[in-house]
Amino acid sequence: MDSHTVAAQTAEAAHSEHEHPAFLKHHFESVEQQRESATFGMWLFLLTEIMFFGGLFCAYLIFRNWYYPAFVAGSHSLHLWAGTLNTTLLIISSFTMAMAVHAAETRVRKALMGWMIATIVLGSGFLCVKAYEWHDEWVEHHVPGLNFSPAGFLHGTKDYPDDKLSLDMAEKTQVYFSLYFAMTGMHALHMVIGVSLLAILLFQAYGGKYVEGHVAPIENFGLYWHFVDIVWIFLFPLLYLISRHQ
Amino acid sequence: MQGAGNREAFMAEAKHHDEPTLHEEHIVSPTVYLLIGGTLLVFTALTVGASLIDLPGDLNAVVALAIACIKMTLVVLFFMHVKYSSKLTKLTVGAGFLTFCVLIMMTMTDYISRAWGRW
Repeated sequence: MDSHTVAAQTAEAAHSEHEHPAFLKHHFESVEQQRESATFGMWLFLLTEIMFFGGLFCAYLIFRNWYYPAFVAGSHSLHLWAGTLNTTLLIISSFTMAMAVHAAETRVRKALMGWMIATIVLGSGFLCVKAYEWHDEWVEHHVPGLNFSPAGFLHGTKDYPDDKLSLDMAEKTQVYFSLYFAMTGMHALHMVIGVSLLAILLFQAYGGKYVEGHVAPIENFGLYWHFVDIVWIFLFPLLYLISRHQ
Repeated sequence: MQGAGNREAFMAEAKHHDEPTLHEEHIVSPTVYLLIGGTLLVFTALTVGASLIDLPGDLNAVVALAIACIKMTLVVLFFMHVKYSSKLTKLTVGAGFLTFCVLIMMTMTDYISRAWGRW
């Protein structure tokens, strides 16, 4: 008997010895243990993400303190309605994603697919509003490095006639907009990745996956989606709200 | 041999119980999700409303960030299931959050103390 045959027989014996679902890997004792390990790993990844976005938030706080009038004027130029609409869309999409996890846990395929589609639609809606805002900022010449002009911050605006910055400070609104595009851009990139992953998971769910007890991928994607929601929960007040009356 | 057999069975059971990653999964009910989602929307309305009022001093920022922290806590505990998770997950999240706070605090402490007395 050559070693290949022995190996094949051993593998076969291992399979017949303990009946287990195909998605349970051999180095785990049980489905629960595998799921718990995956959750642990996912949280470690999310912690690195917290540090990443945390660095951007920290830079924002320090520069806002540094160039305060420029940050206030920059914030005034954003549309409050767009930020509010996007916050609402993301929170509802977090709810639909939580419901998708519930559908996977209770093993209802149609509900799982329905909630995933709802999440994709809401996430895409968020990206559309964000694209509209970015386009608006392009039109207003607020994009540092590409078409920035301080002209809009020198003589006050319709809504904020007192926003009359010196030319030097008006130039510094570029720091605000650099951080604005870096933060909302990285957040939107996470949303694009999220929607893409969700489309793949949806395709697999259509084929019957994730409603046979293998919940971990859906659950961990949910963790990612909620994390992206949390980032926006902080971006919204920092970029749109806290400078309204300054 | 009877005793040895019992002991083996006992060891197997003990191993099962000591398994740090073993955790009964808890399916959160849709009612909880609906309640949390609704609360998050209410807090969103509150924070936008509060931003329209001119509060004294830095209170606008304090209120907005406090509401954001409440919303984050709700999402982490319920949508992300941490309230129903194992001690391992709770410890991981807690340790990560603490580390993050330490990093921010140290950076800020350094920043505000750089030009101490020269303001």
